[in-house]
Amino acid sequence: MQKKISKEEVEYLAKLARVGLTEDEIGKYQKDLADILGYVEKLNEVDTDNVEPMAAGIEKRNEMREDKIEKIEGTPAELISEAPKHEDGFIKVKSIFD
Amino acid sequence: MELTNRTIKELQKEDKAEVLSACLNRIREVEPKLHAFVTHAPLQSAGQAHDKNPNTQYAIHNTAKGQSPLAGIPVGIKDVICTRNMRTTASAKMLDSFIPPYDATVVKKLKEAGAIVVGKNNCDAWAHGSSTENSDYGVTPNPWDLARVSGGSSGGSAAAVAAGEIPYSIGTDTGGSIRQPAAFCGVVGLKPTYGRVSRYGLIAMGSSLDCPGPITKTVEDAVMVMNVIAGPDERDATTLKNLYVSHTPGEKIPPHLESEEMKRINFEFTKDLNKDIKGLKIGVPKEYFGLGLFDEVGEVFKQSLLTFEKMGAEVIEISLPHTEYALAAYYVIMTAETSSNLGRYDGVKYGFSAKDSKDLIDSYFKTRDEGFGDEAKRRIMLGTYVLSSGYYDAYYLKAAKVRRLVYEDFLKAYEKVDVILTPTAPTPAFKIGEKADPVSMYLADVFTVPVSLAGLPAISIPAGFSPDKLPIGVQIIGPHFEEAKILNVAHKFEKETAGEEWRKFKPVI
Repeated sequence: MQKKISKEEVEYLAKLARVGLTEDEIGKYQKDLADILGYVEKLNEVDTDNVEPMAAGIEKRNEMREDKIEKIEGTPAELISEAPKHEDGFIKVKSIFD
Repeated sequence: MELTNRTIKELQKEDKAEVLSACLNRIREVEPKLHAFVTHAPLQSAGQAHDKNPNTQYAIHNTAKGQSPLAGIPVGIKDVICTRNMRTTASAKMLDSFIPPYDATVVKKLKEAGAIVVGKNNCDAWAHGSSTENSDYGVTPNPWDLARVSGGSSGGSAAAVAAGEIPYSIGTDTGGSIRQPAAFCGVVGLKPTYGRVSRYGLIAMGSSLDCPGPITKTVEDAVMVMNVIAGPDERDATTLKNLYVSHTPGEKIPPHLESEEMKRINFEFTKDLNKDIKGLKIGVPKEYFGLGLFDEVGEVFKQSLLTFEKMGAEVIEISLPHTEYALAAYYVIMTAETSSNLGRYDGVKYGFSAKDSKDLIDSYFKTRDEGFGDEAKRRIMLGTYVLSSGYYDAYYLKAAKVRRLVYEDFLKAYEKVDVILTPTAPTPAFKIGEKADPVSMYLADVFTVPVSLAGLPAISIPAGFSPDKLPIGVQIIGPHFEEAKILNVAHKFEKETAGEEWRKFKPVI
């Protein structure tokens, strides 16, 4: 089944997902998304009335642990040093407001 | 026999310093052709790895931690699993410089058992793919034919084990990423029950599907690794608690854990290994024979059924009626979870950050445009689409309902049979560059994906070769928590076929 995805739809999704795309990429994803969604349409052949959705293959309650502080192997300095920009133990980001 | 051809079991009596040095030499010898590692010890000692504290002096445990059969044995870790002070890239440019400050729980457990982590195995970027062609660090070819793919996404793990670089590796399986490359490379790959092995420290793809597991040369080796890596973890709330270990006898078990399902959880993988399989009921789903199955794979599969019958097992045709919808449901659920999990790569906390952005929001767009490859973007876009308002019910919710039907198909089947046997993949390893469009690549996982949706344990074991000497695997699928059963069935098959001609084949590289 062929589906159509417009240029505007791809641009809207890219905006939601915070992914910048070139014009070429937009054209390509229009086609790819249409192909994959076309394939996925076959789910509509399945009668799912009165079927409960399933989130994972094992249905059990999560195992909660006690909410207590525990030490990990790494130090705070090691964690901060992974940030692309950091200064004096703080992570630096670009300005949020003009 | 050279040290690098041996199993974990056979290496027990060897000098562990010699074992390590044999592995490192083998890595130096074949890596230029195989490229099964993104980062490895010889690179580190040459100062070419981006590591903070290159730990080239390994502590070798011949006897000190001799309690575990993994002590002193080298291991490779798929590059989507965090290793403290050893670069972890997910084979993606976005994480080119990422050095985790902590170990994933699987890695922590292995190190505590004395295992020697010699490097990080290549895979498809973010584990997105079925061929390892999608790695930002280049493809890992198949050791049996360098013009073909090693499978994926744990292709580097499977290829490295097949080529004798390491005796075993830890891979991850979301829709077949341990089992399919194991089949393509002629090794053993176990995807445990969802929740059996902790996901803490994995670079997440589909969190309701991801399972770390062993890739080994033999079934017995897979058992030894599982005995170390499986078990509950406070850092992963979906891991399954071991009632028989964490509660002393007589202690009252919390009521919500006292279900029949929880009682069946068994953490002893060795006990049934040699059990006779006479009378075992093996189900073969009839739906699996329409899905693009190649004749040479069908032929090996039929041979394996004859072998099982010769051993006294009974082969029964079963039906898993929703099989043809599983892949479609999987691609909705997995991309939805992927788009959410990849949301964290924003260029702020770690990894790649784009230069020359004017403000924070611009930096997000640029970082994610430049840092993500084609397949990651495709999955983010698709996942965003199926979760977006207006499409959520039609796609995500619909897929989650079909997931239950796939799961119920399996539960019904297990009322009649003990295990289910299928080919692992519809084809042997395909040629590099052969699958150009995304849907045809997705079809490589058609036999492994239903199992992942249902959270079941399954193992791929070598079962024979195609006429042009490419390995072919079969998949044994068990009920939830019944790893011991599928390991038993796999082990018996391995022993029964040990003398066959194809068992003598070795990849030449």
